[in-house]
Amino acid sequence: MSSLAATRQKAGFWSVLWDYLTTVDHKKIAHLYLIGGFFFFILAGIEALIIRIQLMFPNSEFVSAQFYNELMTMHGTTMIFLAAMPLLFALMNAIIPLQIGARDVAFPFINSLGFWLFVFGGLLLHVSWFTGGAPDAGWTAYAPLSIYSEGHGLDFYSVGLQIAGFGTLMAGINFIVTVISMRGPGMTFMRMPLFTWASFVANILILFAFPALTIGLFLLTFDRLFGANFFEPSMGGNVIIWEHLFWIFGHPEVYILILPAFGVFSEVISTFSRKRLFGYSSMVFATVLIAFLGFLVWAHHMFTVGLGPIANSIFAVATMAIAIPTGIKIFNWLLTMWGGSIKFTSPMVIALGFIPSFTVGGMTGIMLASAASDFLYHDTYFVVAHFHYVIVGGTVLGIFAGLIYWWPKMFGKILNEKLNHWFFWLLFIGFHLTFFVQHFLGLMGMPRRYWTFLEGQGLDLFNLISTIGAFLMAFAVLIFVYNIIITSRNGEKAGADPWEDGRTLEWSIPSPPPYYNFKQLPLTRGLDPLWIEKTEGNGKMLPGEPLGDIHMPNNSFIPFMFSLGLFLLGLGVIYQGPYWILGIIGFLVWAGSMFVRSFKDDLGYYIPKEELEKEGDGS
Amino acid sequence: MAEDLLKTDNLPKNPERATLEGRNKFLGFWFFLGGETVLFASLFATYLALKNSHLDGVPAEELYGLGLVFIMTMILLTSSLTSVYAIYHMRNGDAKKMRLWFWITVLLGLSFLGLEVYEFYHYVTDYGHGFTTSAFSSSFYALVGFHGAHVAFGLAWIIGLLIRNRNRGVSLYTAPKFYIASLYWHYIDVVWVFIFTVVYLMGKVG
Repeated sequence: MSSLAATRQKAGFWSVLWDYLTTVDHKKIAHLYLIGGFFFFILAGIEALIIRIQLMFPNSEFVSAQFYNELMTMHGTTMIFLAAMPLLFALMNAIIPLQIGARDVAFPFINSLGFWLFVFGGLLLHVSWFTGGAPDAGWTAYAPLSIYSEGHGLDFYSVGLQIAGFGTLMAGINFIVTVISMRGPGMTFMRMPLFTWASFVANILILFAFPALTIGLFLLTFDRLFGANFFEPSMGGNVIIWEHLFWIFGHPEVYILILPAFGVFSEVISTFSRKRLFGYSSMVFATVLIAFLGFLVWAHHMFTVGLGPIANSIFAVATMAIAIPTGIKIFNWLLTMWGGSIKFTSPMVIALGFIPSFTVGGMTGIMLASAASDFLYHDTYFVVAHFHYVIVGGTVLGIFAGLIYWWPKMFGKILNEKLNHWFFWLLFIGFHLTFFVQHFLGLMGMPRRYWTFLEGQGLDLFNLISTIGAFLMAFAVLIFVYNIIITSRNGEKAGADPWEDGRTLEWSIPSPPPYYNFKQLPLTRGLDPLWIEKTEGNGKMLPGEPLGDIHMPNNSFIPFMFSLGLFLLGLGVIYQGPYWILGIIGFLVWAGSMFVRSFKDDLGYYIPKEELEKEGDGS
Repeated sequence: MAEDLLKTDNLPKNPERATLEGRNKFLGFWFFLGGETVLFASLFATYLALKNSHLDGVPAEELYGLGLVFIMTMILLTSSLTSVYAIYHMRNGDAKKMRLWFWITVLLGLSFLGLEVYEFYHYVTDYGHGFTTSAFSSSFYALVGFHGAHVAFGLAWIIGLLIRNRNRGVSLYTAPKFYIASLYWHYIDVVWVFIFTVVYLMGKVG
């Protein structure tokens, strides 16, 4: 109570900063994830630009070979772990509790802890740039290259990702429990919006996929820093174990990235077609099926390892089977639009760009899934083109569609639509220019991850085109940033339902929502609850509970200190020797945070009913 | 208002799941244990892949002594039973007996840990089986050591709870904490059953 009243009175810079450092409010944590994720997105984007400048012309010496290795490793690692996933967590934090009619997530404290672990893990990884070289063994860090890589780059990789991974795992458990136990009155599982469904399934994937990476990273750390022999063939170790552990995590990871994006598009397409999502239950079923199959296909990344024809065939067939539920989704989106009254807002246009782009990525996925032909594509630019088509054409477009769609809900202002359209078209054209030609570069035999290429091999033109496309994409992102700035200065204020066609619960409360979200939890009467009230009621949600006191969690600075402690401990583990002092300090900070959290009661506080009555109906 | 959570009278039948927070913790912790299962599965897989890579070192069947491990197994299984008694008394609202049984659990856990430290010491000094000796030794210590670290963490957790609540009764606020800690304790016990079977028994028969 006290903390809340205090922040309302003085809104100076330091009090806002302190509020964000200690917040456990899912809406503010969403802002933090957005800032953190976007920061790393820009960083990894700059790395990508340097890569493309290096490859613009043959025999280029723009960067050294060693620096190139570090760039491409950090580009991949950062984009996956520190940009795409946090940006998705930003959307999940901002929207899931609102969509299920909840006042907060199940574990507000752990939510904040997950964020700070991600930040400090990411920062630790990036410290490597300033201490003698970043990791340079590719984002997959295959052994034995990764255990023989000189310097401390790979140590920063294994320890930094470990810390960030703990955060992701906590966030995953938090969202699973939130969806299961925090749903409001009437919000059954089969009435949940598709974004919530898809994110729920993605978080289950996180829960069961990330521990494999945790162990892989531990083994790598032990090998590199403590003399263990897991991946050291001369001591009886086996390098293939790393590949298995990495891809048992890594393949579900790509569905962790794409499923929430599918969810965003399901919402956007349904809203702007002003039609119920076609085949809702088959959509849910397909999502779950993709997740299930996602655990059975990891070895398709390892066709050339030599697992034998039987293993390769089984994994090839399982991989191709994923095309079926994905196809169900694509057709459901098309059929949602069929006969709908379509509004071409920018999120809808992005969704329309996503469908063909992602389908191209899916088609090349089927090509790669054929074990026999994969021997030709393996480790060429064909693979690079494939995964950028699904990640940029799917996840990145999904993130931006979701950000534009929910921006008014998150910040109370509508992004400039004209600039949104410019942003999309530049990004879309730049994206296809960059990556479409890479299919052919790969088929011509250009290997991925190589520092340079020779002239006169027919690779010059396509590489030049690819680089031009990359600059277009960078320009598009600049437009998006410019749009954010001018919108925050003098953007149009958003009402509760700024797109006017909102179907789900988040559009029934003010933008941005009050800190307790719903004064009275709304009664859900079916799928698309707000739409039902718009068409059958008076357009407002019916209350599902009487007005009463609201229980709220207290802010806490512990998550920040906890993560800082692990950061310092990580540095100690990496450098050892005299740096163990740093490690001991870090351990004490971490243990102290655990101690305070365990020994100090945290009962939360109540917003009294009278105060809620004073605030009016809020909308 | 919020302090009502600390009341120790008129508790419902399952105080650990009577509040929303308690139910969330219960559910969340079960999911966490699901993740832990993948964690240990990865370690088991690594161990099984490397257990014959002992190079010039001692092979598994000559290394393990089943007598000591059997005693450790019995101690840990018993500690699970005593933690069940503790939870039984927690549900009856009898904080004193709950603490007593948890302290017994802690003692058993400590003796397990002590025997494990002795076991490792014995392997290193008498057989030259150190963490860095071979891929087999690395994977053995990683798997069994990870379990040992879990035991140590569980002990610190339960001891912390016992000290913090040494003067407090069972309430809607404290019951979920004890219950979750006991779940964790059962879980590391189950993992040990698998270690006993897969590492020691299967190690003995080759």
